[in-house]
Amino acid sequence: MTQPDPVTIWTIIIGLAVGSYALRFVFIGLVGDRPMPPWLLRHLRYTAVAIIPALIAPLVVWPTATGGQPDAPRMAAAAVAITVGLFSKNVIAAIFSGAATLYGLLYLLG
Amino acid sequence: MADTTSKSYFWKGFRDGTPFIFVAIPFGTLFGVFATEAGLNIVQTMAFTSTVFAGAAQFAALQLLQDQTPTAIILVSALAVNLRMAMYSASLTPFLGAAPMWQRACAAYLTVDQSYASSIVQFEKEPNMTVPQRMAYFVGSVTPITPLWILATYLGAVLGTRIPESWALDFALPITFLAMIGPMMRTLPHVVAALVAIVVSLLTVAIPFNLGLLIAGCAGMIAGAQAELLADRRKAAA
Repeated sequence: MTQPDPVTIWTIIIGLAVGSYALRFVFIGLVGDRPMPPWLLRHLRYTAVAIIPALIAPLVVWPTATGGQPDAPRMAAAAVAITVGLFSKNVIAAIFSGAATLYGLLYLLG
Repeated sequence: MADTTSKSYFWKGFRDGTPFIFVAIPFGTLFGVFATEAGLNIVQTMAFTSTVFAGAAQFAALQLLQDQTPTAIILVSALAVNLRMAMYSASLTPFLGAAPMWQRACAAYLTVDQSYASSIVQFEKEPNMTVPQRMAYFVGSVTPITPLWILATYLGAVLGTRIPESWALDFALPITFLAMIGPMMRTLPHVVAALVAIVVSLLTVAIPFNLGLLIAGCAGMIAGAQAELLADRRKAAA
């Protein structure tokens, strides 16, 4: 693992700290009780469900640990985690069943 | 007496927020482990986790840092992951917007998935709560997890370097996020948003600086908003 340089790390930490606080403060602190346009709220509602899957999908299909080669245990673990999450609505259960699938298959196939 | 009822709402929030320690402890530990593996020292890791205070964005930033992404793109991408905080802030404003500025400034720092989720349910269930009671509940709901999140990060950072590679911790992040996606799929537009984002992210993976993530995120948000409009129109026509 290459050591990232401290200036880069501190820039990221401070930038994210300030930016995250600004995002949390902007409405409750500045907007107060004024109403917001419905089209904006409508897009904001789907931010989390769009960004998080977009972040994860490439990591599932081309994992970094295998040098970008598609990998059966990781694909299966991903499928189990999302399926259990969908049906149980229980994050902890989904994490544990996904992890169990990954370790089980890595053990059996490895 | 207003003070007494505020106090009891604080403890009600505290009780409702307690189950989330089962998310905060493993997630915080994992962040400590990842941060150490990405080359951050203890001071950097602890400054990161206590000032940014947003698990998903912290993980996203670390992942991109390991992929040698330029700093500006890391900041924009991680803040994009945190855009939902702006939505939470917007959604809480009608309930807490009348509180004094210093309280709102503190509430902004404490706005996370867990405090938002508990509070919005409670505020809608009991519309007659006063603003101080709401603020007490909100702070109560995040009180059990904040110290544990920070402590768990510290333990993860200390233990991190001793965790062997065969544990495949590279995949703990995807599994944790995938597990979070399932319960978010509340309506058809949510599913549409996620599916469009996934397809676009896979198609745009070759675009440099991880710009594909932002393109895919925007595509997913637009798809979700349009699907919601369509569903509303169909409901109105029926």
